[in-house]
Parts: sequence; structure tokens; C-alpha cells
Amino acid sequence: MRYLPKSPTERQEMLDAIGVKSIEELFSTIPEAYRLKKPLNLPGPLSEAEVVQYFEARAAENSTGYTSFLGAGVYSHLRSVVTDAILLRGEFLTSYTPYQAEISQGTLQAIFEFQTLMCQLTGQEVANASMYDGSTATTEAVLMAERVTGRRRVLVARSLHPEYREVLRTYAKNSGLHVEEISYSAKGVLDPGALKAALKDDVCAVVVQSPNFFGAIENLAPVAEAAHAAGALLVVAVAEALSLGLVKPPTAADIVAMEGQSFGLAPSYGGPFVGVIASREKFVRQMPGRLAGQTTDLDGRRGFVLTLATREQHIRREKATSNICTNQALCALAATVHLSLLGKEGIREMAGQNLAKAQFALSELEKIPGVKRSFAAPFFNEFAVELPRSVKMVNAELLKSKIVGPFVLGTAYPELSKHALVCVTETTSRAEIERFTAAVKAALERPL
Amino acid sequence: MGYPTQYRYTKEHEWIDAKGDTATIGITDYAQHELGDVVFVELPAAGSKLVAGKTFGSVESVKAVSEIYAPANGQVVEANGALQGKPETINTDPHGAGWLVKIKLSNPGEVSALLDAAAYEAYIEEKKKEASA
Repeated sequence: MRYLPKSPTERQEMLDAIGVKSIEELFSTIPEAYRLKKPLNLPGPLSEAEVVQYFEARAAENSTGYTSFLGAGVYSHLRSVVTDAILLRGEFLTSYTPYQAEISQGTLQAIFEFQTLMCQLTGQEVANASMYDGSTATTEAVLMAERVTGRRRVLVARSLHPEYREVLRTYAKNSGLHVEEISYSAKGVLDPGALKAALKDDVCAVVVQSPNFFGAIENLAPVAEAAHAAGALLVVAVAEALSLGLVKPPTAADIVAMEGQSFGLAPSYGGPFVGVIASREKFVRQMPGRLAGQTTDLDGRRGFVLTLATREQHIRREKATSNICTNQALCALAATVHLSLLGKEGIREMAGQNLAKAQFALSELEKIPGVKRSFAAPFFNEFAVELPRSVKMVNAELLKSKIVGPFVLGTAYPELSKHALVCVTETTSRAEIERFTAAVKAALERPL
Repeated sequence: MGYPTQYRYTKEHEWIDAKGDTATIGITDYAQHELGDVVFVELPAAGSKLVAGKTFGSVESVKAVSEIYAPANGQVVEANGALQGKPETINTDPHGAGWLVKIKLSNPGEVSALLDAAAYEAYIEEKKKEASA
């Protein structure tokens, strides 16, 4: 059968073959009251030239020439044209599951390399072939901990990304999982006293993000110790994966849930993102999603196959470990190519530039009267500052100078209404940082 | 492979060998054949309660993960630890060394209500006919 729109003749042939008079008749089981009796409200067809014109006009509406100091879970980083060149090869463009190893060696090898890179970065033993994004990876990590421990209470740091917490709550709402939040200390990290008070032997996991939503780097070893003493697992979420170029890998974690957008994926409106789950080998059978494994063929040559897929939904239906299905293979490929281009030295250098530029931006901001650093904990490329005026008002002023201002922390943390979350990456030049701090100073000095 | 006449069987393809108030449970030759090469077995710890008709573990083959259902009510006395290192024993000796758990029966009388070897063999013959039809 040709995959082409059906002509009226072909439609009639099909209707005759199944003994139905009209297409309408196929819907006769739907009660009259629920049937749409008019055509869908869609614009008419356009010619090719009109379609091109339409999209060119939409593209021209994009704003350009802005400098951004907004991070909060999405990060702007340099990308090489090589990544796109490889990504857009037809052989890779389908993200559909490579079940047939005979025809999918390239895709499977790329996935295997992605898993290897994720293990090396996170210090874990096994990583899967990717998740939707950091938020769903975090939730899947919690569900994994629930399966491992058989417990149903989870303690989540309030300094975990607010949207990650929302996704977790959505999953938990009707599944009997009980989510509790643990406050942050004056330093901007998990409050050890609050954790200790809440940790009982019915907790399946403690979830901490590092660097956390405020940009602060958590001291994971004592959190892991406390969690393990109570028989719970430690889930570490990483929203800014580039931090692993400098920060010690979260080896104390039992499960690492990560957002990989920083590796070769541009911060577009609405994504795309790519999630990562990495864990200890002993928990591999409780991992969601799929894994590519390395093996040898009949002639002893190296080859790759999907492995441990027996718990996935195409086999287990409703009893599957997870309903995660078609994954982010193309985005995972982008991350793999990006990291291969950067290499060990490159990622360290890139991360180092982020740290240095963020430190410089903080020192410049602290020179402005009334601007104070919010938290004392060490940070990577993002930090919070308290402003003497409304952050929203300052941002409105910055926008006039084509600067996208920092995240307004008050939107997610009412108690931090005057605090701004500033992100500085390697993409921002020293001159742009100085232009930003000067614009902040001007906005704060402007008569009301 | 024959089906021992002293065992009782379920339609979910488990066998149970009861002696007094203790019993040994495994999966049948038919079940292991349908599953293919077994690569991993998940079993309950000693002391766990088994509820007749409910799942108590799983057997993973290269094809699929299958639940194991309890043929009778009871409490686990011992799980077959040898299967962790050699899960393929379930394929080679399903009615013997491939046993899964030993339990203390809550109600030894209920075992006799299960299928005997002849009834089970008749049942799987029917299954095979259905599959080839």
C-alpha cells in the first residue's frame, strides 16, 4: 500500500470492502450529543510558497540580541556546529527504539557511549539510555527507591527545583506515595537538623539537588550517611550537568537523576531536554527505561543490543517497571557528541569559565549599595542575591537594555521575595557582565 | 519430562509438594519451557507471608518477567539461595533442584483441592491445542 492521502475512489473501495455506507457510519456508536456536526475550525490549505512565507514571518518575530542572566534549570552554553551536523544525519534522525540489533548498531553504540559518559560523570556504575528530562528522571528515581525499599515516604529538599517537586507531587498524588519537604538552612543548603527530625525507618529516599536550586553545592556525604542509617536511599538530582566538570561526582548517591540539557542542547522555548538516571549495579533491575549493552556476535566481534528490556511495557504491559517509552535518543546523541568534542580537558575548562565568570559577577554586584549575597554556601555558575528593591521591577528595567534579568525567587519561594537567582555561563563576556551590573545599579538608583 | 504424581498443580503453572504442614513450591516444566532461558529469580525472604492466588516473586527469562503465584497460604521458611548464582537450574530441573521456596502451610488441607498431575497434564494439552489452533 502506498502511504499517500486516499482519493475518494479508494475511500469508497474501503467502505465497500467492510460493508459500511459512509465514514460517518463508523462513528455511529458515539451518541449524537457528543458528535461534532461542523468542520473543524482550521485554516484552509496553503501552497508551498505560502507555507515558507508563513514560517519566515513567524521566525522574524523572534527577539535577538539579548544577553541573559536567567538559569533556574535551563542553561545557555556554547554548542559546536559539529553536533548538529552529526545529529541531522538521516541514520540517527529516528529516535524510535532500536529493538532490532541487526539494523541498529550505530544507534545502539551511540546509546552505549551515552551511558558510559553518564557513568563517568556521575561516578555511578550503570546509567540508562535516557529519560524525558531532569524532573521526570527525579520522579522515576524516587519510584525506583520505593521499589527497592518497599517504603512509601519520601523526603525532598525544598532547595530541589520547584518544578521537579511539582512533577513528583503529580506522580505521587494518586499512587499512595507521601512526599514531605525538608527546609534549607541559612547557608542555602539542606537543613541537617530538619532532615534528622524527619528521617524515620519508613522513608524510601532522601532527594537532594546539587548544585541546588539556589546554585549552592550540597555536602552530600553526611546526607548519605543519615539516609543510609535509616535504611533509605539517597537520590541526588543534578540540574546543571556542566557542574560535574568541576564538582566532585555524587558517588555517595544511590541514584543520580540528571538534566542533560547543558550538553549540546540549546535552551529553546519548551525544550528539548534529556534526562539521565544512573545508579548502583545492584539496583539495575529496578531501573526504568532501557539499557544498551555491549556483547559479541557469533564471530566474536563487538556488538551492541538492548538488554534487560524484560521489564518494559512492550512486554509487561501494565506491570512494567515504568511507563517511560520512546525516549530522548536524539537529545542523548547530542549530549554524547557534545561531550566527545569537549573531552575531559574541555569540560573542565568550560566549567572553570562558568565558575570564574559567576564569581566575577557576584563581586561586581556586591559593590552596589544594598545588594547582598543571600547564602554563604559555595556555588558553581548560579547564586542568589538580595536586592533593596523588587526584583520584578529591576528586571523590567534590564529588559529595556536588552538584558534578560535573573530568576525572581519570590515566585517559587514567597519568603525570598526580594531575592534574585543570577546565572552566568561561559557564553557571557566580561563586558556584558559589566553592562549587566551597571544596569542593575542604575535600576536600583532610579527615582521611584 | 513427567509430572510427579505426589505434587499438586495450579493453572498458573506452579507445583506444590506438601509433606505434613510444610511444602515446597516451584514452577512446572511447561512453565520453564514457555519462559525460555531463566536469567534471574526474585524470591521473598524467610518469614514473608504467602497468600494463595497472590504473587510472591518473579522469574525473569530472556523473553519476559513472569509473576509467580502462591498455590497455598503459608509462611516462607526458606528461599532457594542456589538460584541466585544458577537460575538456569529452573530450566534443567524444574521439579527438583529448581524449587523456589519452602513454606509452612497455614492450612495443609487446602493443597488437595489443587489439580493433580493427570488434571494438570490434561489442562496443558488443551493450552497447547489452543496455541496451535
